[in-house]
Formats: sequence, C-alpha cells, structure tokens
Amino acid sequence: MIDWIRSLGASATSSVEGLGQLAVFGGELTTSLVKPPSRFGFFLRALYDAGVLSVALIALSGFTVGMVLGLQLYTTLSRFGAEEGLGAVVGLSLVRELGPVVCGLLVTGRAGSAVTAEVGSMKATEQLDGLRMMAINPIHFVAMPRALALAVAMPLLNALFIVFAIAGAFVIGVSNQGLDGGVYIAGLESAVRFADDVGQSLLKSLVFGMLLGLVATYKGYSCSPNAAGVARATTSTVVTASVAILLSDYIITALWGV
Amino acid sequence: MQLAFGHRPVYDGLECRMRKGEIHLLLGGSGTGKSTLLRMIGGLQRPDSGIVRVAGHDLAGLRERDLGEIRKGIGMLFQNGALLDSMTVLENVGLPLREHTKQSRVEIEERVSSVLSAVGLDDVQSLLPRELSGGMLRRVAFARAIVMEPEILLCDEPFSGLDPLNVTRIEDLLVRLNKELGLTVVVTSHHMASSLRMADQMILMRDRICVSGTPEELAGGDDEGVIEFLGEDGRSFLARLHEIRDHGNVGDGSSAGDLR
Repeated sequence: MIDWIRSLGASATSSVEGLGQLAVFGGELTTSLVKPPSRFGFFLRALYDAGVLSVALIALSGFTVGMVLGLQLYTTLSRFGAEEGLGAVVGLSLVRELGPVVCGLLVTGRAGSAVTAEVGSMKATEQLDGLRMMAINPIHFVAMPRALALAVAMPLLNALFIVFAIAGAFVIGVSNQGLDGGVYIAGLESAVRFADDVGQSLLKSLVFGMLLGLVATYKGYSCSPNAAGVARATTSTVVTASVAILLSDYIITALWGV
Repeated sequence: MQLAFGHRPVYDGLECRMRKGEIHLLLGGSGTGKSTLLRMIGGLQRPDSGIVRVAGHDLAGLRERDLGEIRKGIGMLFQNGALLDSMTVLENVGLPLREHTKQSRVEIEERVSSVLSAVGLDDVQSLLPRELSGGMLRRVAFARAIVMEPEILLCDEPFSGLDPLNVTRIEDLLVRLNKELGLTVVVTSHHMASSLRMADQMILMRDRICVSGTPEELAGGDDEGVIEFLGEDGRSFLARLHEIRDHGNVGDGSSAGDLR
C-alpha cells in the first residue's frame, strides 16, 4: 500500500515537474521570437519542410475527405428531400470543424513527428550541446524557427485542405449524384460567413499550429539522448499534440459560441 | 563535488585543480567520469553539490544566459564531433564567428580556410558532415573548437579515429597553441603516448575521486590505483618521458601565429 502511494506521489510530482518544464520552455520559445537575430533563413527552411512538403498529403486527404462527405451527406439529405443543402452542410462542417481538426492531426503525424525526431536526434548526437558551447541558445537557433514554421504553416494548410475537400464534395455531389453546380455553390456561399466561420477556422488552426510547435520542439529538446528516447519522444508528440488539438478544439468552439 | 546519475554515484568528494596555461590529461577507465568532468568545466553538467570554478566563476550557480558569456572563451571538441548535420563545413566552422563577431563573410571564409589548413583539411568547405570520413569529421570539429581562439580548450578523445600522421598534426597544434597563445587544454584520451608526451599535468579518475600530478610525479609515486592503471609499460614510458620529449618533435613546426 505504501509503495503504491509512493509511486502515485512520484508520478504526480513528475507530471507537475513536466508541466513546469514545458511552461518554462514555452516562455523561452516565446521570448526568443523577438530576440535578434531573426533566424529567417532557418524559418524558411523549416516552413518548406513543414508546409510545402505537406501539400500533397493535405490536398489528397482533403479531396478524399470531401468526396466521402459529399457522398454520405447527399445520401442522407436526399432521404429528406434536402439535397440542395449539400453545399451549406459541407461548407459549414469543413470550415468550422473538420478542416482544422483533420488537417491538424495530419500535420501532427507528418510534420510534428519529423520536427521531434530531428531535434531529438540533434540532442542525441550532442549538436544541441555543441551549440551551447558556442554560446548559441539552442531554443533560439533550433526550436524557435521550427515551432514558428508549424504555427504559420497550419492555417495555410488548413485553407488548402478545406478548398480541396469542398472540391471533392462538389465532384461527388454534382458530377456523380447530379446536383446542380450552381445550387451547391450558392448553398455554400449563403451558409459560410467569413467573420464567424472562416475566422473561427483560422483561429483554431493557428492555435493548433502553436500547440504542435510547442509540443514537437519540447519533446525533441527534452528527450533521452538515445535512439529509444527519440522514438519515445516522437510517439509522445503525436499522442500529446493530437489530444491537445482535440481538447482545444472543444474549448475554442465552446468559447466562440456555436 | 558530488554527482550521481540516478542511484549510480559518479563523483563522491572529487577535488581537482587545473592551472591556467597548462595541458591536462584526464585518464581513467570507462565510466569513471572523464567526459562528464569536461562537460562540467563547460557548464553542460551541474554537480549535485559542490563548486565548479572556471576563470573565477562558479558555473554551478550560474544561469544559462550567464554561462553563454563564459563559454565564448571555451572551445570544446565533442567525442562524436557534434557538427550540425544540415550545415556545410564552412558554415559549421564559421558559425561562432558569424554569431559573435562582426567579421564580413570574406573574413570569415579566410579564417575558416586558415584553421582548416592547420588541421590538414583543404577543399572541404562545401561538404556536409555526412560526406566526411570519421577522421576528417573530428578535425573539422577541432577546427570549430579553436576558430574563436578560446582561452580554454576541452577535448574529448581528440585522437580517436585519426591516422598517425594526423595524430601528430593535432598534437603539434595543441602544443603550439598552448605554448604560444597560452591556451589551457584539458584532454581525455586513450592514446596514451601522444597524450603523455604533451601533458603538463595528469589527472587519473578512479573510485569516484581523482589523483593528479605531473607525469613524472605519478610515475614515481606509490598510489596503487595509478600503478594498476598505468601498468608496467606505462610506468616505463613515463620514466623515459624526459628523453622522449627531448628527442620528439612535439611543439615543432610552424608558429601558432599562422592560425591568426
């Protein structure tokens, strides 16, 4: 019994300590955003890795998600004779929820895990210590450009995902099921409002990107400096960031007002 | 100092002094804490208790940002090089200059070429670390460690993976930098002959403490740990050290000023 209580206490202490370290890391990451030099070259390289290299995955996933959504919703709506509402339902569900969340989870698996693996392997091969010994802050040099790139790439990839998903639903609804294209576009235009829906979507994806940037760089930065440690950190990034994205999605939706 | 990794004690009352402007050789079996001691001198590892005083500063009590100022005067060669694998040799070696000096790109390139030549490397500036052999990689890392002309140089196994010609080249360079620029050097090495030839002080790590002295003092002493570690061959080598130094070529060659 005593051992059980002791291990519970140790686990709780360790969790609080981990949260504290994450907060300190997040603070340093934030202050390093405004510290010179800007590391713009490293940021562009990281943006290319996180953003450009994710375009094919996001476009393909968006298109297929849109196709499935179009097929499912058209079938369901047609039971009630409401198939003209396909554009509106597809637009709202994609812009408000599916776009940011699915895109966030995809970018977590594609780019977030890669950032953790890269930073973790730099730690395992003492590259981060090498930077420290050159009086260069590794958070400013390595973590900040990558975290910022994830935060910037996420809203852009989200927009791309939504566009391709709307196109996918259009192809199925209009070309396959015979819905009028004008009706689809008109429903979409009338239902989706820029300030409420697109604004919420961009805010969500920006928050998801920031969370992913923080988690991915922190996990790599704090991993055990060996191959197993890097592997554990990479898995942990995917799990932690996915849960953080889903939780924050609910919080933003609830605060924004549906 | 006291230090433990988990339940495994590394140092238990370790006390060690290193004098400015001398070459110190850290010896000891695997796992005795030689590399950890180098990391402590560089402020990368803090003791559980005790003081690590470098150039008048207690590193154990300093914040990371204050350590940065002290580290500008320390060069460190890591065991595996620790070069940034996304950067070329030129970018790696020139990185400290780019970050901490106002030198132009041309000046940085000239300085990098000069330091790379000193370690026997030409025409490698545009290569990435993965395109270098193990020996070349270590020499590039060595060049990066000395490019800022530090006051203290920490070398973790500097001769490992090098052919005899390059062992002599690095050894000569270390001695020249020490004699002409007053560089303080701390070396861990299993390459006993080279290391002992150039060392002013030997520090033997054992049983979580250390024994230190000049090579001659340790060879002539009666410390059982030292006798056991050096063996008969080592003690015989140390006994002939004066003779080897007098006739060896350590410290010969071009001036350290060539590097400047």
